[in-house]
Amino acid sequence: MRPKKPISVCRSSHWRFLSIALTLIYALLTACKSEQPQQQVIKFWTIGAEGDAVIKLLPEFERQHPGVHVDVQQIPLTAALEKLLTGVAGNATPDISQLGNTWLPELVMLQALEPLDARIAASNQVKRDDYFSGIWDTNVIDAQIYGVPWYVDTRLLFYRRDLLAQAGINTPPQNWQEWRSSLIAIKALVGPQRYSILLPLNEFEPLLALAIQQDEPLLRDGDRYGNFRSAGFKRALSFYVEMFQNTWAPTMTNTQIANVWNEFGRGFYSYYISGPWNIGEFQRRLPPEQQKTWMTAPLPGPNGPGAGLAGGSSLVIFQNSKHKELAWQLIEFLSDPAIQLRFHTDTGDLPPRRSTWTDPGLNSDVYAHAFRDQLERLKPTPKVPEWESIAQQIRLVAERAVHGDLTIDQAAELLDQHTDEILEKRRWILDRGAKP
Amino acid sequence: MKVERAAWCFVAPALLVIGLFFFVPVIAAFGASLTDFDLYALADIRNLRFVGFANYQRLLQLPEFWDALGHTLYFVAAGVPLSIFASLTAALLLNSKLARCKPFFRTALFAPVVTTVVAMAVIWNYLFHTRYGWVNYALSSIGVHPIDWLGDPHWAMPTIILFAVWKNFGYNMIIFIAGLQSIPEDLYEAARIDGASYWQQFRFITWPSLAPTLLLVSMLTMAGYFQLFAEPYVMTQGGPLQSTVSVLYFMYDEGFKWWRVGSASAVAFLLFVLMFIVATLQLWLGRRGGNT
Repeated sequence: MRPKKPISVCRSSHWRFLSIALTLIYALLTACKSEQPQQQVIKFWTIGAEGDAVIKLLPEFERQHPGVHVDVQQIPLTAALEKLLTGVAGNATPDISQLGNTWLPELVMLQALEPLDARIAASNQVKRDDYFSGIWDTNVIDAQIYGVPWYVDTRLLFYRRDLLAQAGINTPPQNWQEWRSSLIAIKALVGPQRYSILLPLNEFEPLLALAIQQDEPLLRDGDRYGNFRSAGFKRALSFYVEMFQNTWAPTMTNTQIANVWNEFGRGFYSYYISGPWNIGEFQRRLPPEQQKTWMTAPLPGPNGPGAGLAGGSSLVIFQNSKHKELAWQLIEFLSDPAIQLRFHTDTGDLPPRRSTWTDPGLNSDVYAHAFRDQLERLKPTPKVPEWESIAQQIRLVAERAVHGDLTIDQAAELLDQHTDEILEKRRWILDRGAKP
Repeated sequence: MKVERAAWCFVAPALLVIGLFFFVPVIAAFGASLTDFDLYALADIRNLRFVGFANYQRLLQLPEFWDALGHTLYFVAAGVPLSIFASLTAALLLNSKLARCKPFFRTALFAPVVTTVVAMAVIWNYLFHTRYGWVNYALSSIGVHPIDWLGDPHWAMPTIILFAVWKNFGYNMIIFIAGLQSIPEDLYEAARIDGASYWQQFRFITWPSLAPTLLLVSMLTMAGYFQLFAEPYVMTQGGPLQSTVSVLYFMYDEGFKWWRVGSASAVAFLLFVLMFIVATLQLWLGRRGGNT
C-alpha cells in the first residue's frame, strides 16, 4: 500500500465533489446515449386541418414501429409556403411534410426534396397505377417523382337542389350553355338581393378551373411565356366576368361573407365552386332539415363535362432528413387504403387511389360521386416554380376586369405581360442551358 | 490618452454588437438590393446576377409600387394627424380636474394598444360587416344605406385608418399625459388671474409647452405609420383591388411570398429613404418652430 499523501481536508472535499459531479454528468450522458437508438423522432409538418386528423392515425403507426415518435407540427395554410421556403433557406426542414402539389416545383427546384422513384418501384403499398393519373402527374417533374399523393382536391359545383328546381332546373348543367341559362333562371327567381353563384374575388381557383378546361395551355414555349392571350383563356375569362356583370355573382371576397355555409343555406347564392372539404362543412353546419337541399355536380365544361384542377396535397421527404427510411414507412402507412379511408372520414379529403374508392361507404356517398367522376379528368397546372406568383396575378387582373377597369383583351394582354416578366429569370436560366 | 482608451474599452462591446447586428445586415440588404437574389439563386448561387440599380429602376416604373406608396402616404397623411388629435384630446380630458375614475379610463383607453392586432381585427371585421355589422346597423337607423366598408376600394383604407387610430392612440395619450403633467400649475393660475379663457390657456400655455412632446409623438407615430402592415394583412389581405397594399405589405409579398429578395431589399431602402426625408423635415420644422 502506498502511503497516503497528506492533503488538506478542504482540497479533498473539492475533489470528491468534482468526481461525483463528473460521474453524474457521465451517467447522464450515457443514459441519453443509450436512450437515443430506441426513441427516434420523425418531424412531420402538416398544413391546416389535416394535422388534427393525422394525429389520430399516428398512434397506430407508432405501435407498429416501437421506439418511433412522430412529432407533428401544424402550420396554418396561409403561412405554409413561406414557412417551407424559409425552412429550406435556413436548413431547418422536417423529415416528412404535407405539401400542396402546386408548390412542389418550387421545392424541387431548390433541391429540397428526395426523389422517390426507387422507393416506389420497390414498394408493395404505393402503386402508381392505382392513383388517378392527373393527380399522380402533379408529382412528376422531369420524369422524376418527388411526392406521393395524399389527398385530391378538385373544385366543382355545390348547388342548391331546391332553388334550382324552383327555377325550373332539374338536372345540374352539363356544359356552359346550360349553366348560363340556369344562372339566368336562378337570378330571375331570387331577385336583386341574392345571387346565382358565389365566386370569391380573393380566390383564383374558380377562374383557373374554367381556364384549365380549355385546349390551350396556360403557358407556352416550354413554359417560357404566358399564353393568356389564347382564345381559350379569353373565353374562360369572358364567362367569368360575365357572371359578375350580369350580377349572377356578387363582387365579394370570402372575408366579406361572414359565413359561406350559412349564406349558402340562406340561399344567398345557389352555386358555389369549391372543393371536397366543404362536403363535411355543409353536413356539419347546415341544419338536418336542409341536408336534402344541396348536392354536388361535376364542373360543366364548354361542351360537356369539363376537366378539373388537380389540387391537393402530397407527402414528401426532405433531402436533409436523417430518417428517410422511417419517413418512407410513414408515407406507406398513410397511403394504405384502410388508413386513407379513416383519414377521409375524419377530414372529408378525397383519397387519390382508386382502390380506396371501392369501399362501399365512400362509394355510396352521394356527395362524393361527382368528385369521383371528375377525378378521372384532372389536369395539373404548369409546373414552374413561379406558378403561385402567376396564379396571384391571374386573380388580381381578373378582379380588375370584374370591376370594369379592364376589358377582356386588356386583361389578357396585361396578364401575359406580368407573366413574361415573372418568367424572365426562368428564360435566362433555360437559355444558358442550365436546368432551372 | 489613458482615459480615452478606457472609454473606448467600455464602448467597444456595445459598438461591436451594434455593428454586427445593425450595420452588417443593413449593408448586406443593400448588397442584396443590387442583385436579383431569388429562389433560383437560393438553389444555386450561380443563378445570381448583379443587376446594379435595375431593381430600383424597375420599382420606380412599377405602377403597383407607386400604388402601394400612395396608399401608405394616404394612411400616414390621414392617420398621423387623426391619431395625434385623438390622443391629445383623450390626454386633455384625462388630465382635466373634472375627470372622474381616471385610472379606469386610462386603462380602458390604453387597452387597445396592448391587445393583439389579430384579435381586434377579427372583432372589427364583424363590426364593419356589410349586412350584419353594428356600424351599418347604427347608420341605417339614421337612414344611411349600408356601406361595404372593407369590400369597397374607396372605403377600405378609411376603415383601416380608423382601426389603426383607435388601436394606437392610447400609446401617444400616455406620453401626452406625462407632458401635460410636467407643465407647472402656476402658469395656469397666473393666466386665470389675467383673465385668460380656457382656449387662451390652451393656445398660449399648453400648446407651446407640449411642443417638444408633440415633435416626439409625431415622429414616432409617423415612423410607425409608414410601416403599416399588420392591419391590412389581417383585415383585407391587401384587397379589394389591392387598395390597402402598403409599401411594407408590398415588400413582404415580394420578399417572403415570392422570394424576390433583391427586389424586396430595394423596396426597404426606398422606404427608408422616404422616412428619412420626412423625419428630417419634421425635425427642421420642429427646430424652426422652437426658434421663433
